[in-house]
Amino acid sequence: MSELPALATYALRLGDDSLVLSHRLGEWVTNAPQLEEDVALGNIGLDLLGQARTLLTYAGEVEAAGRSEDDLAYLRDERDFRNVHLVELPNGDFAVSMARQLLFSTYQLALYDQLQASVDDTLAGMAAKAVKEVDYHRDHATQWVLRLGDGTETSHRRMQDGLDRVWPYADELFATDEVEQSLVAEGVAVDSSSLRAGWDGYIDGVLAEATLTRPEGLRTPPGGGRRGIHTEALGYLLAEMQHLHRAHPGASW
Amino acid sequence: MSESSAERDWPLWEVFVRSRRGLNHQHVGSLHAPDAAMALRNARDVYTRRSEGVSLWVVPAAAIVASSPDEKDSFFDPAADKTYRHPTFYEIPAEVQHL
Repeated sequence: MSELPALATYALRLGDDSLVLSHRLGEWVTNAPQLEEDVALGNIGLDLLGQARTLLTYAGEVEAAGRSEDDLAYLRDERDFRNVHLVELPNGDFAVSMARQLLFSTYQLALYDQLQASVDDTLAGMAAKAVKEVDYHRDHATQWVLRLGDGTETSHRRMQDGLDRVWPYADELFATDEVEQSLVAEGVAVDSSSLRAGWDGYIDGVLAEATLTRPEGLRTPPGGGRRGIHTEALGYLLAEMQHLHRAHPGASW
Repeated sequence: MSESSAERDWPLWEVFVRSRRGLNHQHVGSLHAPDAAMALRNARDVYTRRSEGVSLWVVPAAAIVASSPDEKDSFFDPAADKTYRHPTFYEIPAEVQHL
């Protein structure tokens, strides 16, 4: 992928986060602990898919090379995706997925809350609509982390294991770079590193109430999703997500 | 897994939704949830995802006292022939206006 305008890159980053996590949540449908949870996770996934559609369409418009949302979602290869590693992690058990959702939705809520004030009308409009959705996503994940963490001995152990599994990937959410900073200076983007303190405060509160231990240490992954360097999980996810469109271009129903 | 079905199965809750237009909460169905707070959230996800409502009630199904099908005759049949309980039973004098 040739060098994109900073704004297109930024829209792709946010859009890919939502798109990839949406696919992961879709994998839970028919596999969640109860039918009600199938519907809940499906709803959250569809909220994220709606955000991704707006953001990928916008990235295509800014790029002005004629790529549609479908072109960007289905015809890019792994190295052209700009999502963080956290959202591409395999679902694991329910506790892993709830831990991932808590860490991500807490970040995304803080991000969208500030993005509403962007001077870019499309980003501000998307954020204003999505902030209410994500508020619920965070609440849903919080409720489960509290119940599993402060539940039985087994649920506590598995919730702590789930948290430990995804925790190392949280650091990447708050990494900023020159692309983002150039847009922050124009009042378009939110400085990711500024979201850290609020995120820590909320997460620490939930973990304390859930009697969970905050894992030690974070790592900054080499390369990083924002630059197209991904874990091995993303390739498999894309193979499944893109297969139909690549086999039958333009298929719809 | 050695869980008994009582541990594995969540209790049943009855769901009532107040629609945008209506004044009363109406019964729309039921669902399973581990506790009241989750029941409310599940109800939101299952029963209001197409903008069906602006307010939700959830009630433990076990808390509802229902009339018995065995008592149907004595409970409901006697009302069937009491036409005088309907306002239309009474003739309105022609002189009465604005009723």
